[in-house]
Amino acid sequence: MIDSLDARAKSEISLTVNGERKTVLALPMERLLDVLRQQLELTGAKEGCAEGECGSCSVLMEGTLVNSCLVPILQAQGANVVTIEGLAAGAQLHALQEAFLERGGAQCGICTPGMILAAFHLLSKKPGPTLEEIQEGLSGNLCRCTGYVQIFEAVVTAAHCRTSLSRGPNEI
Amino acid sequence: MSNERIVGTAVPRKEGREKVTGKARYVDDMLLPGMLHGATVRSQIPRGRIRKITFNPGIAWDEFVIVSAKDIPGKNCIALIGDDQPCLASEFVNHPEEPVLLLAHPDRHALRKAVDAVSIEYDSLPALFTIEESERCSEVIWGADNTFKTYRIEKGDVDGIWAKADYVVEGEYSTGAQEQLYIENNGMIAALDAQQGVTVWGSLQCPYYVHKALMTLCHLPAEKVRVVQMETGGAFGGKEEYPSMIAGHAALLAIKSGKPVKIIYDRAEDMAATTKRHPSRTRHRTAVSKEGKILGGEIEFTIDGGAYATLSSVVLSRGAIHAGGPYYWPNVRIRAKAVATNAPPHGAFRGFGAPQSLFAMERHLDRIARVVGLSPVEIRRRNFLKPGETTTTQQAVREPIDLGDLLDRALSLAEYHAKRERFSNENQVGTTKKGMGIAAFLHGAGFTGSGERYLSSVVGVEGCADGSVRVLVSSTEFGQGTKTVLCQIAAEALGLRYEDVAIAQPDTMQVPNSGPTVASRTVMVVGKLVESAARGIQQTLTLAGMLGDPYSADEFRASCRSYVAAHGQLRSWAQFEPPPDVFWDDQEYRGEAYAAYAWAVYVAEVAIDLTTYSVSVNDFVALQEVGRVLHPVLAIGQIVGGVAQGIGFALFEKVIWQKGRMQNSQMTNYIMPTSSDLPPIRVFFEELGNVHGAYGAKGIGELPMDGPAPAILNAVEDALEIGFDSIPLLPEDIFEAITARTLARESEVAGGVR
Repeated sequence: MIDSLDARAKSEISLTVNGERKTVLALPMERLLDVLRQQLELTGAKEGCAEGECGSCSVLMEGTLVNSCLVPILQAQGANVVTIEGLAAGAQLHALQEAFLERGGAQCGICTPGMILAAFHLLSKKPGPTLEEIQEGLSGNLCRCTGYVQIFEAVVTAAHCRTSLSRGPNEI
Repeated sequence: MSNERIVGTAVPRKEGREKVTGKARYVDDMLLPGMLHGATVRSQIPRGRIRKITFNPGIAWDEFVIVSAKDIPGKNCIALIGDDQPCLASEFVNHPEEPVLLLAHPDRHALRKAVDAVSIEYDSLPALFTIEESERCSEVIWGADNTFKTYRIEKGDVDGIWAKADYVVEGEYSTGAQEQLYIENNGMIAALDAQQGVTVWGSLQCPYYVHKALMTLCHLPAEKVRVVQMETGGAFGGKEEYPSMIAGHAALLAIKSGKPVKIIYDRAEDMAATTKRHPSRTRHRTAVSKEGKILGGEIEFTIDGGAYATLSSVVLSRGAIHAGGPYYWPNVRIRAKAVATNAPPHGAFRGFGAPQSLFAMERHLDRIARVVGLSPVEIRRRNFLKPGETTTTQQAVREPIDLGDLLDRALSLAEYHAKRERFSNENQVGTTKKGMGIAAFLHGAGFTGSGERYLSSVVGVEGCADGSVRVLVSSTEFGQGTKTVLCQIAAEALGLRYEDVAIAQPDTMQVPNSGPTVASRTVMVVGKLVESAARGIQQTLTLAGMLGDPYSADEFRASCRSYVAAHGQLRSWAQFEPPPDVFWDDQEYRGEAYAAYAWAVYVAEVAIDLTTYSVSVNDFVALQEVGRVLHPVLAIGQIVGGVAQGIGFALFEKVIWQKGRMQNSQMTNYIMPTSSDLPPIRVFFEELGNVHGAYGAKGIGELPMDGPAPAILNAVEDALEIGFDSIPLLPEDIFEAITARTLARESEVAGGVR
């Protein structure tokens, strides 16, 4: 009974995720985060606070960094969404992922998907950011492990590899 | 040492690729068929007797699985050191987040409404909320006198020193609760199998703590309980004990429903209900000579343990042993006490009592310096422990540490003297006041006293069918780099490539009990055992005549493959054995408290904006001697991360309490440092080595938590000439103090005119 009511209330939503067209059946106010994690099985985006404060659910929507815990799925209708799963080109890691590995930008890893996407977004706007711009650009993404310094270093390292940045299917 | 190939280099993090690609599996990423979601109904009052529980209408209660204390098959407690903490309250509640009932339902969205629809009526009982209220004993809420534990450390003749003192300096210092704030909230999945018993998968630090708690709670033998650690998104001590509670809850729901049950806390529940750093109060009374030498003193260290004993006795012990700092006390009496209040139990958080008592010590030393008329630098130099001298527990310093040199190097790196001079001129004008502050400290690695002897940890190393090697430990990775460093150690010991060594995911069916992942013990203690177990593999192959000397990595792999093919299995175990010359007296609290200490001097530069009263840390130098650095990138990451948490402890993170309840249990109102809030944190190492640790390593993880708060508050005093003895120090505290000083000066001036 409840199921069928739910089914009637659900809408068909189409969106592009990591370059692939997806259609999901969801309640209009369902969070993009839940649709990604549960229906599309893209669990890279994490729920840390459910109020847009920590940024661990960050994804790119139409090239903008959003907290997917605050986005009703209806708003994602027709949108182009990129999650952490879409950043590497097959086995080839993105320059930011390589840099996070090399510089120690990831410790426990829970903020890492969101943090890397925030850094990706920053570099897409400012290919050679200053330290202040990096601090500002990542300030919506909390990390409790690193004290951020090695994350900043990773972003600087990746910024030096511009050529790597301008490749990949999900270039925005 | 210089011929080591892998130890000391920055090899890639073992699980790094999974973490940067989003493929790492945390507990909330896991689903089991037919799984229910669980939630907890909590007490909401600080203390009382449960009179009646009502399930209000409007909820399809028959769809829910409901568990109460009556459903517990074994003993209703979370077995840890003691067993005073119930898993579910049956009659009395002792804090406002006490679990009373558990609910499970296939739709996780149905749970919130159902939890709210349970009404519990109580006969309220008077409750206690502060250390002082607990000490007054107007109400006895725990044991005979609200006291979980006391310790007394005594050295020399304290009573005889007061008459000889040129100065007697007194001070009282306090620190607040601090939330670990790992970004991954606590979570657990439990499943029941008729043959295998109960299995839990979760976010946790100590698989065998959970294992023990589940055996007791579910009345199951060891082999019917299995605990698996999933990738864990930060812990910092916060996932040392409470995971046993959540695992117990998930297991009870799974047993009653016969279905797998997942419990994932949301942020508010995690912050309010799970453990935080113990609030503390430290009183110092110190006898000092006119030359600024400490003659002796009394230190009274008291912590608020919350409603149940949990780990408070151990936190208290570490706090008490560190209370004298890295200084020589010819005479000292340290009295330490953990008291009960009606708040959720406080627990482990990086540093484990030491950040609290060291904050007091380092603030007090600056106070002594002012009284005696010495600089903060000179007072430290004159009192530093030297090789051959003994600590407060009468442990002799056996290594050639020169704290004066460490201090000089830190001051030079921070440009301390030049900046101080510059600031004293610049502070005459303008609305920004700048200052420099120092903290010198030590941190003991491994369990305190006889702890490692009792733990008697075991590790294994296994040769695999493909010739590679696998490390078997219950030590967990939650960001520090456990997997990476233990694999480095095994690869180094066996002359293999780093890629030839893997490590098992902690699973009590697969790995031995190598002790909990706490107390900065993993690299030093467990690492040493891994080294020894790895050598056992090599010896086996050599004795079997299958491995020459020397050998290449490929020859080793070929030999290992042949051995496993012939014998089916190649495993080597190592168990902790205490060094023969280590003496510790648990009764007198005297002797070798720790196998090794790391030493540090931190220097903070701060600026206070007198229009907003906010403090910014503009530069931070962290210099430490940590034995051998086994992985430079991970080691720096530990220090910077710890300093950032220390800055939060000092200046941002305030738990607001109301009747034992955290009022600001959200990330929007409990503020941790963001990427814009932190200074350049500059990290430097000295490496003396350590005979007790793997390849000379000491513990490193907790050390950086100890220094930032006192260094920053000392710097604030340097800038404002107002001393603050309580943290967190927020802008409103500074505003109040400056306003009070201004008013006092005005009335002085007015008085002078009259």
